[in-house]
Amino acid sequence: MTQKLNIIQAITQALDQKLADDRRVMLLGEDIGTNGGVFRATDGLLEKYGADRVADTPLAESGIVGSTIGLALNGMIPVAEIQFLAFLYPGLEQVLSHAARMRHRSRGEYTLPMVIRTPYGAGIRGPELHSESVEAFFAQTPGLKVVVPSTPYDAKGLLISAIEDPDPVLFLEPTKIYRSFREDVPEMLYRVPIGKAKVVQEGSDISIFAWGAMMPVAVSAAKQIEEERGWTCDVIDLRTIYPLDRDCIIESVKKTGRAVVVQEAHKTASMGAELVSLINDEALMYLRAPVKRISGFDVPVPLFALEDDYMPTTARVKAGIAETMLF
Amino acid sequence: MIIEESLRRISSEPHEDFYQVLTPEGELLIPIDGMIDNSLAVGMYRHMVYARTFDRKCISLQRQGRMGTYAPFEGQEAAQIGSVLALSDDDWMFPSYREHAATVTRGQPLQTVIRYWKGRLDGGVGYREKHILPPSVPIATHLLHAVGAAWASRIRHEAAVSIAYFGDGATSEGDFHESLNFAGVNRLPVIFLCQNNGYAISVPFNKQSSSRTIAQRASAYDIEGIRVDGNDVFGVYMAVSEARKRALEGQGPTLVEAVTFRYGAHTTADDPKKYRDQEELLAKWRKRDPIHRLRRFLEREDLWDERQESQLAADCTEQIDQAISEVLSLPPEQPEAMFEHVYAEAPWHIAEQREELNRILRKDGMQS
Repeated sequence: MTQKLNIIQAITQALDQKLADDRRVMLLGEDIGTNGGVFRATDGLLEKYGADRVADTPLAESGIVGSTIGLALNGMIPVAEIQFLAFLYPGLEQVLSHAARMRHRSRGEYTLPMVIRTPYGAGIRGPELHSESVEAFFAQTPGLKVVVPSTPYDAKGLLISAIEDPDPVLFLEPTKIYRSFREDVPEMLYRVPIGKAKVVQEGSDISIFAWGAMMPVAVSAAKQIEEERGWTCDVIDLRTIYPLDRDCIIESVKKTGRAVVVQEAHKTASMGAELVSLINDEALMYLRAPVKRISGFDVPVPLFALEDDYMPTTARVKAGIAETMLF
Repeated sequence: MIIEESLRRISSEPHEDFYQVLTPEGELLIPIDGMIDNSLAVGMYRHMVYARTFDRKCISLQRQGRMGTYAPFEGQEAAQIGSVLALSDDDWMFPSYREHAATVTRGQPLQTVIRYWKGRLDGGVGYREKHILPPSVPIATHLLHAVGAAWASRIRHEAAVSIAYFGDGATSEGDFHESLNFAGVNRLPVIFLCQNNGYAISVPFNKQSSSRTIAQRASAYDIEGIRVDGNDVFGVYMAVSEARKRALEGQGPTLVEAVTFRYGAHTTADDPKKYRDQEELLAKWRKRDPIHRLRRFLEREDLWDERQESQLAADCTEQIDQAISEVLSLPPEQPEAMFEHVYAEAPWHIAEQREELNRILRKDGMQS
């Protein structure tokens, strides 16, 4: 049995089913109770599970992440919601200095099965600091896993895997495509494995790597470039950005010999840079052109009047593909 | 009620005033019948002497180059041991890095403490059996972990409290305030045990805050606050016992300010003479010493004598030397230990980096 759901509905369903499935699971965050979350991801869950399991917290992100750590230490499986990725900054110390390190520093004596869910990225006409894509910060944090779904099916399956994961997971939700399309999502509780990328479309001329809200851009660029120029693209959704699915990435590059990375994050020291480096390490001799990054710019994400110019567009991705193909 | 009375005192009396049971002269101000029996009183004394002995020994190990930087606690034994003895086995304990008197009294092996300050990964453990977390190095962050753990206990209706240990400097951090607020709003069974030793490294409390006391911050969150003589092991024990009882009755958190003094440096890396008049302060605080006052009391009650004292000193030395020699004779940690426990299961890059280091070590013959 399946239903047509968008990403936000798939997330709500994953939370609902895990709350029903495991007494240890609980949600906490700002406005997640009566209000159902600023994006309605927790809509209806307070009524169903009560205030002990769907808890509104004071407005304090360090408090949310820090108490999430304590809850996880003492037998709960907490899923914290942070309203926007940039609002996690006050809780960064808790993420970096404690959540990611607890298992290592205590030699496995204490572990933290916990999830931090947060919307990220531009494209929703948000105010200042509601549009950041700083996932690379967290890929510098051993001990943490970073997951970014781009479809309703993956959103549900990855969130369930994140909740069941024995280690802390940062679950980044692409705000721009929360409600932009629906697809068939199984009603049952299922898992999409963390650490596995997905080949969304197969091709032989060039590999396109993307994640989150850049997936629809990458796919549409691939389709157009095939129609216009006849080049076929291997399009790969990373889904987990830390740890990366090396085998999938390298296999694709070995097949095509060319690659572009599409990301809305800033260009310098980004996941895109990491992919270039990984391909350099593992598939240099297969390359027929330098790996290209089509990226957000190295400027603060602008206010929304200019956000469309900041973000990679289909046109920019196509231009990047052409440049790589014609190198 | 101890706490209500103490709160009244905080709001109406001078700066130095606090709740006290045992005076520096070893006299009781309040009866302890039914709260502290003879064997507990003697136990407190033994624990304090043991802790002071190993603290001094750790400093000397550091001076000899056999241990890394160390954070001494001499002077703060009553605050740590009085509080930890008021807990039960199921309670959760979140220490900072100066709480070895408390953690060892609760059962953590002294070997763990020494391994930690020798920079070994295997010293980073807490003590799971008694719900002791590893020491928190960032300031005040672990108060929120105590809040979360207490929250879990409350959700499951368990009879357990969480206690977080921190210093006066920590009360300037945002996480301190977020913790009091979270615990207050959810009425969580948490005890915030602040050892106000007067100095955050070199900064005296009057430069730390314009608050007259730390305990008074509790009233801003409408939670309980008590200011206790932190060098009075009976007073600390009774204040924490009361806070624990209230927490288990669902009356929420308590902020305990234990007023004390660290005799020595912040860590072995600084010199207190640089930032305070050590001679004058030591003269003042040694008169208030936590161990001496309890000894006076025990001797007056015929619970302690010179023979027991010298036996205790010999026992402490023997046990501590044994622990030290065990740690010093441990084989060096294997470099691959750093690759363990990053995740439940090592991802490919960590597994490969471990192999890479192993190859280098084998090739260079560096692995002993």
